[in-house]
Amino acid sequence: MSEQRFHSVRLDKDKCKGCTNCLKRCPTEAIRVRGGRAHIIDERCIDCGECIRVCGYHAKYAQTDPLESIRRFRYKIALPAPSLYGQFKHLVSPSQVLEGLKRIGFDEVFEVAEGADIVTRAIRERMRNIRPDQYPVISSACPVIVRLIRVRFPELIPHIIDVRQPMEVAAMVARREFCKAHDVKPEEVGCFFITPCAAKMTAIRNPIGHETSALDGAISMLELYGLIAAQLKNVPVNTHIARASSYGVGWAGSGGEAMAVCPEHSMAVDGIENVIRVLEEIENDKLNDLVFFEGAACTGGCVGGPLTFENSYVARNAVHALMSGCDIAHPDEKVKTAYLTTYPLTFNRNISANSAMRLDDDIVEAMRKMEQLEEIVRSLPGYDCGSCGSPTCRTFAEDIVRGYCNRMDCIHVLKEQLKVMAQQMVELAKTTRE
Amino acid sequence: MQPNVLTNAYDVRSGAFQTAGDASASIKRKLKQIGVDSGILRRIAVASYEAELNLIIHSLGGTLTLEMSPEKIVLVSQDVGPGIADISKAMQEGYSTASEEARDLGFGAGMGLPNMKRNADGFDIASELGKGTRIEMEFHLK
Repeated sequence: MSEQRFHSVRLDKDKCKGCTNCLKRCPTEAIRVRGGRAHIIDERCIDCGECIRVCGYHAKYAQTDPLESIRRFRYKIALPAPSLYGQFKHLVSPSQVLEGLKRIGFDEVFEVAEGADIVTRAIRERMRNIRPDQYPVISSACPVIVRLIRVRFPELIPHIIDVRQPMEVAAMVARREFCKAHDVKPEEVGCFFITPCAAKMTAIRNPIGHETSALDGAISMLELYGLIAAQLKNVPVNTHIARASSYGVGWAGSGGEAMAVCPEHSMAVDGIENVIRVLEEIENDKLNDLVFFEGAACTGGCVGGPLTFENSYVARNAVHALMSGCDIAHPDEKVKTAYLTTYPLTFNRNISANSAMRLDDDIVEAMRKMEQLEEIVRSLPGYDCGSCGSPTCRTFAEDIVRGYCNRMDCIHVLKEQLKVMAQQMVELAKTTRE
Repeated sequence: MQPNVLTNAYDVRSGAFQTAGDASASIKRKLKQIGVDSGILRRIAVASYEAELNLIIHSLGGTLTLEMSPEKIVLVSQDVGPGIADISKAMQEGYSTASEEARDLGFGAGMGLPNMKRNADGFDIASELGKGTRIEMEFHLK
C-alpha cells in the first residue's frame, strides 16, 4: 500500500519502559514491544489514543500543532469543537469561550457546533435517499470509528454516511465568510481546529473520504485550556457571538449527533470496546431495526477525548447546562438550503478497506499461513502474558508466521526448552564420566 | 488432509448462552485475516451466527465446522439431536420451537434457518428425529 500515513499518536522512546499496558489495550493490535520499547505498527494504528490514556510513563503522546503555528497566516480563525465549552466551570454561554479565543490571538472564531448544524441537515437530506440495505447508517463523525471499520469491519464500509465531519464543513464556511467580509484571499487565512483528540489531527493531515482538508492545523485543547481560562475572567458575561443551535452544541457528548440526526431508531455507543461489540452485532445482522448508529471512541463522546482537561462526565454536564441557553431551533429549520448547495458537503472519494490484518495478499498463501498460525497457537501456553512483546499468544503466533519473531521469544516455551536441555546435559555428563 | 483446504471445528454446547457468538466470531476473524471478500464475509458472519445460536437453543449440542478452499467455503452444522420433525415448517419465516428461556433472551424469532438459506449460495438440510440435524451451507469465493 502506497497510502501516505501520518499519525498523531507517537511514542517517546526515552520514556517507554517496555511494559504491557498499551500492548493489551490497543483495539487493532497495533503495538508490539521489541527490544524493550513499544513500537506502533503504522498500518494498523487508528489514532484512538487508548495507549495515551493507559501509559503510566506518559511515553505515548499526541502530536498536534503548537499555538505559535497560527502565525504562518496573516489571518487566523479558531474553530473550537463543542467539547471545548465543557472544559470550563460556571460558563453562562459558549460566547465567553469564543471571545476568550479571540483574546489569545485569533482574528475570528467559527463554532464547529455550527458546522454540526449544517452536517445534521445534510445527513438528514441524504438519509431520505438511502437504500434499506444500508441500514443502520453509521456516523462518519468520529475518525477513529471510521478507521476502526476500515481495519476490523470492512464489510460495514457501505453503511458509513458519506457526509464530511463538522470541523471540515465549519472550516469551509468560516474561510469563505471571512474572505468575503474582509476582502482577503483564501490562502491568507489559516483555519485551526481546537481539538479534543489525536484522531482529528490525523484526519486533517490524512483525510478519509476526501482528498484534502479545509483545515490548516489542529491545536490541542490541553495547550489552550490555561490561556482561555485566564482570559475568561475578563470576558463580559453578556457577550453574544455564539450562533450554533443546542443540537449542534450537543454533538460534544455521546448521543448528541443521534439526537439531532435521527432521534428515533438510533443508537449511540461510546467507548471503543463497546463500539466494537455493537459493530459485531451489526455485522451479524442483529440490529436490523436500527436506522442510525453513532459510535464514539471516547467515553462520553468527544468530551472524553484524550486531549481534554475536564473529566468527561463533568464536561458533559457542563455542555448540557449550556445547551439550554442556545438556540433551540432544529437544524432542519435553522440551516439555510444555500449551505447545502454552495459547499461540497459529501465525500468525493470512496473509503477503502485497510488490509493490514491480512496474513497475505494471495488467498492460498494466506490459508497456508493461517494453518501454520493455528498449529503454533496450539503449542503456546495461552497465558496471553505479553512477555514476548505481542499482545496475545494468538498475535504472537501471527507474528511468527509473518516472520517477525520465533517461538523462543516466548519465555514459557524457552523455559521448557531449557529444562529439556538441562536434562540432556545431565545425561551427557553421566555418559562422559563412565 | 487435502491440499489447500483449511478445516476448523468448533464444539457448541446446548444452552451455552454465555459463550454464544464465540465460534462465529472466531470464524469471522479467521476469514478476515485470510482476506475473504467483505461481501461474502458478511453473509458467512450472519449464517454462522445463526447456525451457532441454533445449536445452543435447539440442539443437544453439536459442532460447527468451517472448511475452506480457494474456491469455496463450506459451513457444516452437525448436532446430536433431537432432530426436526417437520423441516418444511421449520424453514418458514417466523416459525419457531424455541423454549421460553430462549425467547426471554430475545431469541426464537423463527428467522434462523431462513436467514441461513438466504445468505448461503448452497443450502442443504437433513434431519432425523432422535438422531440429529446436519446443515451444510456453501459460499462460493469465485
